[in-house]
Amino acid sequence: MNQNFLERLSECVEFGKINLASPYPPQMKGLPGADEVTKEALEAGVTPTEILNDALINAMNKVGQKFSENKIFVPQMLLSAKAMSASMIHLKPFFANGTVKRRGIFILGTVFGDLHDIGKNLLGMMVEGAGWEVIDLGIDVKIEKFVEKVKEYPDAVVGISALLTTTMVNIQPVIEAIRKVAPQTKIIIGGAPLSAEYAASIGADAYGKNPQEGVSWLDSIAS
Amino acid sequence: MKYKKLAISTPEGLIFGNALYPVTTRRGLVIGGGSVIPELNFTLPPMSINESTLKAIGGHYKGIVTDAIEHARHLHAPGVIFEFETLLEMTQTPSIGIDLVKIMNEVCEENYIKYGFKSEIRLTPNDLREFDRPPLCRTSKYLDAMWELFDKGSLAGGDLLSIESTGGKEIHDEALMMCDIRTSIFALSVLGVRDMKMLWSNIVAIAKKNNKIAAGDTACGFGNTAMVLAEKQCIPKIFAAIVRIVTAVRTLVAIEEGAVGPDKDCGYEGPFLKAITGTPISMEGKGSACAHFSPLGNVAACCADLWSNESVQNIKLLAGMAPTVYLEQLEYDARLMNQALKRGKPTANMLQQLFAESDQALDPQALILTPKNVITLSEEIVKGENYIDASVRGAKKGLDIIEEAFKSGQLLLPEVEIEWIDLLREALSDIPTDESKFVEEMLPSLEGKFIPSEYGL
Repeated sequence: MNQNFLERLSECVEFGKINLASPYPPQMKGLPGADEVTKEALEAGVTPTEILNDALINAMNKVGQKFSENKIFVPQMLLSAKAMSASMIHLKPFFANGTVKRRGIFILGTVFGDLHDIGKNLLGMMVEGAGWEVIDLGIDVKIEKFVEKVKEYPDAVVGISALLTTTMVNIQPVIEAIRKVAPQTKIIIGGAPLSAEYAASIGADAYGKNPQEGVSWLDSIAS
Repeated sequence: MKYKKLAISTPEGLIFGNALYPVTTRRGLVIGGGSVIPELNFTLPPMSINESTLKAIGGHYKGIVTDAIEHARHLHAPGVIFEFETLLEMTQTPSIGIDLVKIMNEVCEENYIKYGFKSEIRLTPNDLREFDRPPLCRTSKYLDAMWELFDKGSLAGGDLLSIESTGGKEIHDEALMMCDIRTSIFALSVLGVRDMKMLWSNIVAIAKKNNKIAAGDTACGFGNTAMVLAEKQCIPKIFAAIVRIVTAVRTLVAIEEGAVGPDKDCGYEGPFLKAITGTPISMEGKGSACAHFSPLGNVAACCADLWSNESVQNIKLLAGMAPTVYLEQLEYDARLMNQALKRGKPTANMLQQLFAESDQALDPQALILTPKNVITLSEEIVKGENYIDASVRGAKKGLDIIEEAFKSGQLLLPEVEIEWIDLLREALSDIPTDESKFVEEMLPSLEGKFIPSEYGL
């Protein structure tokens, strides 16, 4: 019984079926989506942990795999993430009372002086789909704002992006300021002018060449 | 829409180095007047921009222009345009940008007086309004700095005025990631068009006042973002190709408002503008690989009047500094095109065809930029009763061209792309032509994502 709910929910997330009304994917038109199936599953006694791990994260892993193999594009992956979010709404009370836990908290932002954020936004959506709570600080994020959030969430992982040769140099003082208040904080950086060598030279823990690499690295430190 | 028919109506006429309405700069460079001229685009190496680095920054820009002109003279280049695409701080504090224009212009002037070498500066301030999310397109505190740089920077020696404007981008980024052509068209053909009218009426007024050239815009933040996402296989190439066609409708507004060309180099929508208006264009092709990859390396040259690269960092390569190296590459490309023009139309058109044929079968974005397809698509655009209609017509025709080429075996498309032809066609089918109706339909889903009053809505 439980397995049936989990399989149906997993299918909804894998193919991006958000709710009964959503027209996508065409082959699931008119069927209940992640929203309805999650509600039914909880009412039938499926545990929130089973829903999170065996259906949602499992499905998003399959989606990530298909994307890595160029079998789907970002919009399909984002619809899956939206389906997952529709399901997560029903799990909120269980996160609040500690019955289930997210994989971690990920704070991300575009470094001060820089306005480019499409890659950062993409990463944020993919990380959320991988079961993390994402706190997106936006663009042109000042050092103080990163520090303030790290103080608020001391166990969080931080992601910082830059697209310009004249703003990539702003990442180092952010890392230094974060390390002063929370030396153990794991930090990943990304953006066109950056590299793994540069990341190492300024004290970052990792460099993500693309959003998929970022998600893989987060998965590796969460497990 | 002002343009109802094409200024250049044949693929053969849509040729590099020749525009219907050439533009002459103050030192006598004729753009689109029978030859292709290199346009060099450059940026700083990794470094901060602050009070303590301004002297070093001035040194970088002076060095770039000095070395490039020296080498251009050595190569017997007829001239060069330098595109000074400012970095954010240089527009935020206009005095920085103005000083850098002065520094570069002094080098240009010195070489003109001493050697008669013709060079000019294209001044491209940043669209700073993006600092606010959602942006205040008409009431932004950042507009003053932008206008000041346009005004005083042009007086300091920026002869060609351009911008990479971003009106509508606040909703377009998400539309790109969701491959939502309906929202993309709304962003470009409603918000973008409205913002372009405001920006370009002002830029044209500044250019007129200072006797400078209001050159043109680029939808880089829209079309090129799509291209780069497609290159990384995040979105279908078909979608990026269709977005490119729609960007042409938006960027056309600069010319309707009085810009005369050449549009900015990263505007791959330039060929459509040239076909519709006859103004000269700047294009970047294979030389843009220093900043981003593209599937348009050769086809971009088919009707270029200025031939450009992308922002190359001022770093040392074995031959010399990177901008000088790129100047040489651009000049050799331009030399080949100019030699073909000297031989006469049949040779020039043969080279034009080779540029197109070498790219068109490998990517739909290249396919829609061949002169033949640019003419077909431009004819469809000018049939539009307004900007929305023009965009939808262009997009539908683009899908027809792509589908036909794929079905006849003339376009390679990965299996995963194919379903997007029908998905996009369906999404285009119910976009209302009437702007008020379109706005009414779109507003509920876009609430809080943009500020209607900032677009006069």
